[in-house]
Amino acid sequence: MSALGHVGAGATGTPVKLEKPRKRWLPYLLLLPGGLWLLLFFAVPAIQLFATSLYDPSGSLEEGYAMTWQFSNYADAATEYLPHFMRSLGYAALTTVICLLLGYPLAYAIALKGGRWKNLLLICVIAPFFTSFLIRTLAWKVILSDNGWVVSTLNALHVPLPDGRLLATTPAVIAGLVYNFLPFMVLPLYASLEKLDPRLLEAAGDLYARPVARFTRVALPLSMPGVVAGTLLTFIPAAGDYINAQLLGTNRQYMIGNVIQSKFLKVGDYPSAAALSFTLMAAILVLVFVYVRRAGTDEVL
Amino acid sequence: MLHRLRRYVADHWVMAIGLLVLLYLFVPIGVVAAMSFRDAGRNAPYSLENYKFTWAHWADPFGAAGIGHAFWLSIAIAALATLGAVILGTLMSFALARHSFRGRAATNTLIFLPMATPEIVMGSSLLALFVASGVQLGFWTVVIAHVMFCLSFVVVTVKARLAGLDPRLQEAAMDLYANETQTFLRVTLPLVMPGIVAAALLSFSLSFDDFIVTNFNSGSVVTFPMFVWGASQRGIPPQINVIGTAMFVISFLVVLIGQIPNMRRRKA
Repeated sequence: MSALGHVGAGATGTPVKLEKPRKRWLPYLLLLPGGLWLLLFFAVPAIQLFATSLYDPSGSLEEGYAMTWQFSNYADAATEYLPHFMRSLGYAALTTVICLLLGYPLAYAIALKGGRWKNLLLICVIAPFFTSFLIRTLAWKVILSDNGWVVSTLNALHVPLPDGRLLATTPAVIAGLVYNFLPFMVLPLYASLEKLDPRLLEAAGDLYARPVARFTRVALPLSMPGVVAGTLLTFIPAAGDYINAQLLGTNRQYMIGNVIQSKFLKVGDYPSAAALSFTLMAAILVLVFVYVRRAGTDEVL
Repeated sequence: MLHRLRRYVADHWVMAIGLLVLLYLFVPIGVVAAMSFRDAGRNAPYSLENYKFTWAHWADPFGAAGIGHAFWLSIAIAALATLGAVILGTLMSFALARHSFRGRAATNTLIFLPMATPEIVMGSSLLALFVASGVQLGFWTVVIAHVMFCLSFVVVTVKARLAGLDPRLQEAAMDLYANETQTFLRVTLPLVMPGIVAAALLSFSLSFDDFIVTNFNSGSVVTFPMFVWGASQRGIPPQINVIGTAMFVISFLVVLIGQIPNMRRRKA
């Protein structure tokens, strides 16, 4: 087979050589439109966001802002909104852990026990995406409402609830976040568990590994790329989310996204909002790069 | 007997947990479907209490003021954003999968970063740019934003498909005297097509369902998710649940039908 490949390459050898000067430009030509789009509408806006965060906060949208290199905007934002920041990172971390605990068995079951139902089960995992996430989050409002069957069941079982309710509490916000981002965890986990050769698990069993050891020493290490990709895909959007806190929580559950959104769109305090937004981006990028380095899988996406 | 029971539990508990998690994913969809058939008065609370059944909302899915306009606007934006992102993204993925060139690592980073950035940051930074450069917010600023965040997903999807192609197929075409254009149109492109279709479906659903980025860049334009958001503050018309359920059922059927040829092939 490789001999055949050589013959093929040899047969087309001459024209390839002739076309070399054109070919060298080809990749740049192909990259140009998309690359420009990303530069203009992703990179340049990020720089503009940083610039906006250094504007004089005494300006306004109508009168315009003056660039005064106001680094104190960051200190002011940090002192005022540190709790929101910590809450966002905390909620996102908790959401990621719960998603991993729920998503791993599901991905494992589909990849290794799915058999001929594999594709159907996989479609069911992405099925929630077929309808709008706002509509689904509003449905959670119905499910968790004070007169809903979840609250009445928990009350009947004498499970203590904060203030005797679920809606407008932290558990409700976390449940919404977990629900919204669970498929982002399951899909990469499935992708790496799918590649796992079940014979490796059998071999471990033959070598007297107990089920727990088979999991912790064979399946889990081999699915690490999926775990890394899944946790990132869950953590990043969860940390920036404000929909769940807004619809299922109260201002005691507000995350940094709620503050950024309201400062940009309602209050119109651009410098402070930009400082918060830029800090969120920087914090997440640092976390992501440290995490990817630690996990030792650079080829995440 | 006990031994066999233990054996059965050991074999199936993972699947049982998996199915429970799947059920969790489907509960809200069931609620949306139930709400779409609910006969409610004007100011009835948004809940399943005192449930009465009706077909009325399904007979008139665009019956709430503004909902039809918002829906078709979102379809138009998603179609344009998908077209743009698929063309730009496919070109980029060919460059990345087929050529070695300087600046490859930088390009990969530029493509990775939008996926590692929360939507609220992308939305707010675009808003900062549009405001600073005096661009009027509206339909086209939303399309620009959507092409931007769909692009990376298109590149990743199409690149994966290209990487899985057997290069010998193209060599074979060349050996059979196909020129470069013919090889591309009749061998490479049809082989990459499933990847492009998957990328297009992904882009369309990302764009159609986007709220966070859109909310920052839409000005006075109201897309379907913006309409739902507005309704959630004022009072939710049942038609929202009709459209939500219909979207779910149609997409599910389309994907399921798309799977049939696969299942046949596996059997054979």
